[in-house]
Amino acid sequence: MPKTTRFHRRALIALAGPALLLALWAGVASFGIFPPSLFPHPWAVARGLVLELRSGRLVDDTIASLFRVACGFVLSVFLGVPAGLLIGRSRWAREAFLPLVNFFRSLSPLAWIPFAILWLGIGDPPAIFLIFMAAFFPVVLSTSAAVANIPSVYFRVARDLGIEGTELLREVTLPAIAPQVITTLRVTSGLSWLVVVAAEMIAGRDGLGFAVWDARNGLRIDLLGAAMVVIGVIGVVLDRVLVQLTRIPSVRWGYER
Amino acid sequence: MNGAAGTVLLRMAGASVAYGDVEVLRDLQLEVRHGEFVAVVGPSGCGKSTLLNLASGWLKPQKGTVERPERLRMVFQQDGLFPWRTVGENVRLGLRHVGDPKERDRRAAALLALVGLSAFEAHYPHQLSGGMRQRVELVRALAGDTDLLLMDEPFSSLDYLTRLRMRAELARLLKEQPRTVVLVTHDIEEATQLADRVLLLSDRPGQIRDEVRLEVPRPRSATDPEVVRAMHAILTKLGLESDLETIPAPGRKEIA
Repeated sequence: MPKTTRFHRRALIALAGPALLLALWAGVASFGIFPPSLFPHPWAVARGLVLELRSGRLVDDTIASLFRVACGFVLSVFLGVPAGLLIGRSRWAREAFLPLVNFFRSLSPLAWIPFAILWLGIGDPPAIFLIFMAAFFPVVLSTSAAVANIPSVYFRVARDLGIEGTELLREVTLPAIAPQVITTLRVTSGLSWLVVVAAEMIAGRDGLGFAVWDARNGLRIDLLGAAMVVIGVIGVVLDRVLVQLTRIPSVRWGYER
Repeated sequence: MNGAAGTVLLRMAGASVAYGDVEVLRDLQLEVRHGEFVAVVGPSGCGKSTLLNLASGWLKPQKGTVERPERLRMVFQQDGLFPWRTVGENVRLGLRHVGDPKERDRRAAALLALVGLSAFEAHYPHQLSGGMRQRVELVRALAGDTDLLLMDEPFSSLDYLTRLRMRAELARLLKEQPRTVVLVTHDIEEATQLADRVLLLSDRPGQIRDEVRLEVPRPRSATDPEVVRAMHAILTKLGLESDLETIPAPGRKEIA
């Protein structure tokens, strides 16, 4: 089969799932099984989506949410990867801190919401704090596990070749953990996206989570549906963007064995 | 290469290693002279790898002494190449002592050509077969300016025919760039084909219990009468072949 037809076929198959869901949704809404005030028609949601996009509100909310996720996520990665390196390399640090990391990792970030509001009020800071609490500990844990699992043969070769100090970090340790860290980035970015919506529902005055809450308070289930569609689509796009990192030639080995 | 032929490059005197209660090597005496190719064979678990770890300095003996050159290169069983580096970059890492980048590129290209892998310079190790990877690892080790080369069962993960090819390749490479080699292997044929001296390690705790010398100069074929004689001597010493089962003497008709 020529390449383009194969591509078209795959695109068609990929659209089959959403099309089926849409048809089902429209069917249920049209038959009036649920009152329209509780179950919006897809058409109403589509109209709401256009309306909110035109007014710019949905765009602003999206930007606000993405900004918070970016801040919280970048913060967790820039602090979490070095912390993971330390815990992975030093037995002392591992024994001292690993139980703590596991404790905080098991603590739902949503449990921090009251403290976040008490300490940081509402707006960007509490949301960023909550995202950080959700993403930081998984990053630390998986980085430290990756470091601890680097085959010793790489360090022996490095020693033979005279690679040491910061060069060892740059030449061996970081590239050796890169594939696993990238996988963790994908997981935690998804986690951050989940958390920001919850954070904004309670501690926000804008953002997609706030849009959800606002629509519910105004009994605008069409806008509620529209906000949910945007949240899902952006979550998928975020992951697709981060998947691009796995295409970097020097990390391919981690995914092809 | 430093040192004239005959100077001792590696010396172990009474070296002993134990992991907890398990004595791995006991009172090891070993001298490897400049330019020699010494193979160490023995049953698995007899401490062959421990012997190499002593030689490389990765491990310190609990008793006895190890005199070894400060710098050396080791070839590992498999996966010693950095998978995040291309084949060419891996070889260039082996040429770190060469200051001029242009000269480094030139030498890396020459080394890859030596093992017929010029076309794979930009490939990553995981895109190569096991035999190709070991060839790259060999030239990366040979790229160094160090004399002593330690090899830890470098071909054991390869299939038999590839192993034969790799042996021929190694013998040829050593002819072009002579090195002092200590090869640890469980493959007696490999040891006798490649080495000047084959040391037999006993069961744990490992001790050198015998030595077989080969007088025919390297490189030699796997079926060279001298190699067959040495193999027979080793198998006899290991109790795997008795002197009654004689091998066909040269000149006598072989029965198919």
